[in-house]
Amino acid sequence: MSAVLEVTDIKKSFGGITAVDGVSFDVREGEILGLIGPNGCGKSTLFNCILGQLTPTGGEVKLDGKVVTGLRPSELNKLGVSRTFQLLQVFPKLSVRENLILAGQEHQGNMASRLVGRSDAGLTEVANQMIGFFKLDHLASEPAGGLSYGQQKLLDAAMAFMGGPRLVLLDEPAGGVNPSMLTDLKERLVAINREKNATFVVIEHNMEFVMSLCSRVMVMAEGKVLAMGRPDEVRKNPAVIEAYLGH
Amino acid sequence: MSRFAKPVKIALSLIIIAGLIVIPMNFNRYGLFILSQWAVMTIAAIGLNLTLGYAGQVSLAQGAFVGIGAYASAIMTTHGWPLPAAIPVAIVLSFCVGWVLGYPALRVQHHYLAFVTLAFSTLAFLVFRNESWLTGGIYGISNIPRPHLFGIATNKPLPFYYVCLGSLAIVSLAVWWLIRSPWGRAFMALRENPLRAQSLGIDTRRYTLMAFAIGSALGGVAGALYAPLTQYIDPVPFNLSLSLDLLMMVIVGGAGFYFGPFLGAMIAVLLPEWLRFTEGYYLMLYAIAVMGLLIWSPTGILGILDRYLAERRTKAASALRAVAKSRLETAQ
Repeated sequence: MSAVLEVTDIKKSFGGITAVDGVSFDVREGEILGLIGPNGCGKSTLFNCILGQLTPTGGEVKLDGKVVTGLRPSELNKLGVSRTFQLLQVFPKLSVRENLILAGQEHQGNMASRLVGRSDAGLTEVANQMIGFFKLDHLASEPAGGLSYGQQKLLDAAMAFMGGPRLVLLDEPAGGVNPSMLTDLKERLVAINREKNATFVVIEHNMEFVMSLCSRVMVMAEGKVLAMGRPDEVRKNPAVIEAYLGH
Repeated sequence: MSRFAKPVKIALSLIIIAGLIVIPMNFNRYGLFILSQWAVMTIAAIGLNLTLGYAGQVSLAQGAFVGIGAYASAIMTTHGWPLPAAIPVAIVLSFCVGWVLGYPALRVQHHYLAFVTLAFSTLAFLVFRNESWLTGGIYGISNIPRPHLFGIATNKPLPFYYVCLGSLAIVSLAVWWLIRSPWGRAFMALRENPLRAQSLGIDTRRYTLMAFAIGSALGGVAGALYAPLTQYIDPVPFNLSLSLDLLMMVIVGGAGFYFGPFLGAMIAVLLPEWLRFTEGYYLMLYAIAVMGLLIWSPTGILGILDRYLAERRTKAASALRAVAKSRLETAQ
């Protein structure tokens, strides 16, 4: 399997603090890579460096073999990289459907056609399918701000898929989601991974969720990669137990 | 507003439009001037509402763009060009200057951006005043002609009022189209959450510049009509206080609401006239009314309506839920 994302020696420091200290890894096409580690170990900073929200102090990010370090987040998104944030980032005043249309509209046509063309950029049908897929049908016309936390998390994830991305970076998709909805979310992610052949990187603290969802898991501690491997290997790794999982 | 049935909305709009056409036929010269001024200021406020209300970019320079449009139209029409040729020039000029003014917004936001635009406003005023070879300096430009449109002379107040009203109608339709297009959605995303917007592929740089440029271009349109309306311009009406007035129109009417600028401009232009009977007190009363309104409803007049409708919606939704719940319980 070829690598969709290759990260080489990424560094990021804020003043005297090195948040990410020379991280290298690759993400293979079609896999679900888990990213775990204690709070403050640099997971989210690493995401932000990969996605152009932060400019790395050093290192290189390649997407499909092309260097994309320093591209703006919107440009990366156009190249098929999508993300969710640790904290909820839906647009509360827009309806569920409008949120999804917004999430997909920049992938349709160009600036001119988005001005003179249809108000929904031709996405109502696609948005409705996505709503059905995430089982939010009864809420399609509700303002997103009125949804429960778990439902907003689902919508947040659904928005990341509207542009038909190849690579999706999910930052704590399971945080604060109740167990029954968590099963739903996992099912949906696995289905998209298989059907659309989308590749995922998932930051998560919920071990059960990570271990059952991911094909490989990368463990970070103090800005460095501590271990990388199959979930069962990582779980038994003494260094990982020491730094994160506990005894 | 979505709770109103569509036919009711359409009927209401038609009545208001018909009223704006028919009622002023009996107005005197002064009344028509005030109403024309309302139409022109509404156009400028619609532009600012786009930049500030929808895209969330603070600007204290809208008055300067009205000035740019006014000078462009005054200079051209006093040199023999027709107004329909001057308006596109005013639009292009203020669009381009607005685009450039958008660049600071890519780096600074909120209060800091307000200061940058305030500095621009002062700069524009100084250019209008000091570059007298072009603008006539403090003596201004007089004898600005009103246009002949489709063979009809509009130098009488009523025909020129219709020119202003017609322009307002065109601008309103264009902006209505813009805000319900994907662009409008992107502007709103820019205001609500630029970080998330970027991650969804929204080129926030380009949309920020566009928000400034389009909003400024509408200021230019307003200016291009203002010059033939007053038939004399000098730098004073385009100083910072016009920018502040326009900002107040947007805030009082309700920033980010489509009809906000219409209402805000009505209050700013007409209320002082209605309060004239109080003689020396009218500006004080006006100021108190505005302060009172903003304490009661920081989101402006349409914010009050919006809150009321939202409350009704919530009540209706919880009533529906209660019914559904009791049905579920009886089914069990």
